[in-house]
Amino acid sequence: MARLNVNPTRMELSKLKKKLASARRGHKLLKDKRDELMRQFMILIKENRQLRTEVEQAINEANRYMAVAGSVMQREVLETALMLPKQEVEIKVTEKNVMSVYIPEFTTKFRTEDTNDIYSYGMAFTSIDLDGAVCALSAVFPKMIRLAEIEKACQLMADEIEKTRRRVNALEHIMIPDYEETIKFITMKLSENERSTTTSLMKVKDMVLKQSHNYH
Amino acid sequence: MYKAAVIGDSASVSGFAALGLSVFRETEPEKITKLISRLAANDFAVIYITEPAAALVSNTIAKYRSSKLPSIVLIPAIEGNTGDGMRALHEAVEKAVGSDILN
Repeated sequence: MARLNVNPTRMELSKLKKKLASARRGHKLLKDKRDELMRQFMILIKENRQLRTEVEQAINEANRYMAVAGSVMQREVLETALMLPKQEVEIKVTEKNVMSVYIPEFTTKFRTEDTNDIYSYGMAFTSIDLDGAVCALSAVFPKMIRLAEIEKACQLMADEIEKTRRRVNALEHIMIPDYEETIKFITMKLSENERSTTTSLMKVKDMVLKQSHNYH
Repeated sequence: MYKAAVIGDSASVSGFAALGLSVFRETEPEKITKLISRLAANDFAVIYITEPAAALVSNTIAKYRSSKLPSIVLIPAIEGNTGDGMRALHEAVEKAVGSDILN
């Protein structure tokens, strides 16, 4: 490990000791954050997978109906039938804080309460399969909104976990060992200086005594 | 108040119009890219995009992955499921955990 480039003084030593203490504390906190994020992420990702499978199945189902409707009806008629929707969806976005990751939460609001308002066309000139498609989509829509919410949450959390993990690793494998080594180096250097001062003092004392009293 | 949009080929997305979502029938990469940035700037919280359309503009979608809004969700197109949506999920796990531990 690389030793930091600092002067071996007592001042630096006490500064480094403080830094090491806060690095250790930060490391512990970040490690806890990472573990908790990971726990929550695993719960979310399981729900996400389940939900995605369900939504994909339902949309495939709706698409099958749609394909049939498209083959039974003329393309223009189909487009016209869906051209002017009665219903309109609005989404209210709120934020939730999970371990300082802000994840959005969606609440939907439809323009009209009536669930039959999804059929924006008369029944006379359209295929029954179109009704099936629209009905299937409408049934899965709450799940689709939840999927949007949860996928975003998973992406944001994955980012945050990656970041936190890097920080934990940097602290654990680089910063803390560096600080420890530098502290050790300064301590050694200081005690070395002390020893050298003591020996030179002893030497000087010897010399002085020898000069004044002719001692050996 | 935010809105929701659906992007993809006409046959796959028309049905969503009935639910009151804004439907955009686009299949060209440049147009979809422009559309996504326009929607993101204009209060669209959720954008559903069919997997084939998403495959054309994967860079743009990746750009919005780390921003809070909009949430871009892949849905199967009328031709069927390509598995891209699920793959994105596995990628997220790999990013977070370091290896794909699903399955």
